[in-house]
Amino acid sequence: MDKRTEKIREIAKRLLSEDRVDVVLGYGPGTVPLRNAPLFARTPEEADKLIWDSNCRINLANFLPRTKERVAVLAKGCDARNIVNHVVEHQIKRDQVYIVGVPCQGMLDPEKVQQREGRFIESAVESDGDLTVSGPGFETTLKLADVLRQNCQTCVHRNPPVYDELVGEPVPEQTDIDRYADINDLLGKPDGERYAYFQNLVKDCIRCYACRDACPLCYCHVCFVDEHMPQWLGKSVDPHDVLTYHILRAFHCAGRCTDCGACEAACPVNIKLRQFTRLLEKDIQERYGYEAGMSLETLPPLTVYRPDDPQEFIK
Amino acid sequence: MADMILKKNALGDFLKSLSGSYETFGPKQEDGEVKFAPVDGEVLLDYQNSRLSPKNFFFPQSERMLEFSADPAAEDAFVMKERPAAKQARLLFGIRPCDAKAFAVLDKIYRNDQYTDNYWFDKREAATLIGLACNRPCATCFCTSVGCGPFHEEGLDVLAVDLGEDILLKPLTDKGQKALDAAGGLAAADGKAAASVEKLKGEAEAAIQSKVAVDKVAERSVMELYEADHWAKVAQRCLNCGVCTYVCPTCHCFDIQDEVSGTAGDRIRNWDSCMSWLFTMHGTGHNPRPDKTSRVRQRFMHKFKYIPLKRGGDIGCVGCGRCVAQCPVNIDVRDVVRDMNA
Repeated sequence: MDKRTEKIREIAKRLLSEDRVDVVLGYGPGTVPLRNAPLFARTPEEADKLIWDSNCRINLANFLPRTKERVAVLAKGCDARNIVNHVVEHQIKRDQVYIVGVPCQGMLDPEKVQQREGRFIESAVESDGDLTVSGPGFETTLKLADVLRQNCQTCVHRNPPVYDELVGEPVPEQTDIDRYADINDLLGKPDGERYAYFQNLVKDCIRCYACRDACPLCYCHVCFVDEHMPQWLGKSVDPHDVLTYHILRAFHCAGRCTDCGACEAACPVNIKLRQFTRLLEKDIQERYGYEAGMSLETLPPLTVYRPDDPQEFIK
Repeated sequence: MADMILKKNALGDFLKSLSGSYETFGPKQEDGEVKFAPVDGEVLLDYQNSRLSPKNFFFPQSERMLEFSADPAAEDAFVMKERPAAKQARLLFGIRPCDAKAFAVLDKIYRNDQYTDNYWFDKREAATLIGLACNRPCATCFCTSVGCGPFHEEGLDVLAVDLGEDILLKPLTDKGQKALDAAGGLAAADGKAAASVEKLKGEAEAAIQSKVAVDKVAERSVMELYEADHWAKVAQRCLNCGVCTYVCPTCHCFDIQDEVSGTAGDRIRNWDSCMSWLFTMHGTGHNPRPDKTSRVRQRFMHKFKYIPLKRGGDIGCVGCGRCVAQCPVNIDVRDVVRDMNA
C-alpha cells in the first residue's frame, strides 16, 4: 500500500473518531483503470477505503461551497489553493474546513497513457514511480513522470501553501519551469490566427458543462449559460455560442484559477480548456503580481479596487 | 436473404461501390479518438467503440426544425415554416450492435400511439445500417445483461462479422439486402463461415464479464425504488454535469429554442439533460426536481424502471458502457443498478 494511503486513513479515522469533523472528503478506488472516485467517509470503516494514487485529478474543493458539515478535505497544492479561494470568497469558513494537505508529485493524464499504448487498457497498477498497464495480450511498464498531465509537469506549487496537517514531508518544488511557453507562442500570432486557434480548440464541445461543474471556481447558483429570464446565450452548438461560453467562463476564472486541471480531467471530448485560463492567469501575474489561493490575507485583484491598479490596457 | 462473404482486403472497394447510392460513413481515427466520418476508402475494423454514440446522425445535437421571419414588417412575420428535410440516403458502416439496439429503443419512444417524431424518422428511415459485431467487447460492456449482446441484430439492416480474412455480411432487412445487391462483388457464405460466426459469438458473449441483474428492479414498485436510500449516496459525488446523458446512445431529451439572427429566425431543438436544474424549471419558478439527488435518480429510474414500465419491459439502457468510461467522478451505472436490484 502507498505510504500516503496508509497515513491518510490514519488521519481520517482519527478526525472522525475524535469528532473533529463530520466527513472526510477523499478518493476511493474506481471501477475503471486510470480513474478513481471521490469518496465521502463518515465512519472509520469508510475511511479505510480511502486511497491515494496518481488519479486524484478531481478537485475536491469543488464539493465545499454550500456544505453545512464540518469537512476534512484531502488537498494537493492546487486544491488547497482553491480552498483558500473559497475562504477568501466567503464560500466556506476557515474553521469549518480541515485541510489535509498532500504534497503532490503530479497526476497522470489517462489520454497520454492511452495514446502511448494505443491498445485496450484493462488494468493499470502503480508502484514506485512506474505504471504498469495491461490488456488483452500485453503488459507494459511506463514511467509515471512521462505521462503526467501538462499542468502537473509545469506545476510550481506542489505543496499546499495552507493546511492543518500534512501527509508526509513536503516535496521539492519544480524550478526553472516556463509555464507559458506555448501561450507566449500563441500571443505572438496575429488576431485572426488566435481566433481560429480557439475556435478549433472547442470544435468538439458538446455543451455538457462538465468543465464548469468540475471546477471549484464555478459555484454560482445560476451560471450565465443557464440564465433564462432573459436568456443570455444560445443553447445550440453554434460555434459563436460555444466559444462565448468558454471565453466568458475563463474570464470569470481570471485571477482565481489555480490551474488544477479539473476541467480538462472532466471533459469527455478532450478539450484543452486550460489554454483559455492560463492566458488570463499569466495576465494577472504580470499585471498584478498575484497568484491565486496562496494566502488567506490577500484578496484576488479583480475583486478590489486600488488607485494604483494597472490601467494601461484599458483603451 | 442469404449471408454473403466479402474479402477483407476488398472492404474499401465495397464501401466505394456503395458511395454512388449512399452517403457513406464509417469509424475512423481522428485526433486520437474514434469518430464516424465520411468514408473515402479505409475504415477501422479493430476498435472498441466511438467515444460519442452515433445518435447524432438521427438526433443531431442541434437541429433546425422550423424557420420564420423575425421582421415585424414582413407579411409572414413569426409564421413558422417547415424546413425541407434532407432526404439523402445514408449508409452507416461499422456501428456497434448496442448502438443499433439503442436506435430500436428510440424508435419506440419517438413513435407512440399518439405521436410520431418526424425529425427522428426522416433521417432514420433514409439510413441503412451495417453493424459490426463485437469480437472483443470492452471491460465496461454489460450489453448481455440488458437484453442486448455483442452480435445483437435489432435495429440493424445488415450485421457484419469480422472473420479474420473475410467479413461475413448477414442481411436482416430489405433495406440491407438492397445495399448488398447494390454493392456486388460478394460471394455466398458457406457452412464453415456460419460455424465461425457462432464460435466468435460464443467467445464474445463469454468475454463479457460484467453482469448486472435487473430482475428485482422489475418486481419492485416505483415508489419503493424512488424512495430508496442509495440515491443520496450516488448524488453526493455526482457533479450534475451532462456527460452521461450526452454520451448515452438512448438519452433523447431535448429543449426547443427560437434563435434570431438579424431578421432570420430558426426554431432549433438541442440536446438537453435531466442532470441540469434548468431542465425541469417551471415558468412559475417551481422546480419538481430541485436537488442533485432527484436529478441523478431520474436518469437511472428512467432507463431501468420508467421505460420498461411503459415499453413492455424493454430496458432503456443497452449496456454500451460509455457513461461508465466517461463519468468524471466514476459513477458506474452497473453499481447503481446493483443497488436498485439489491
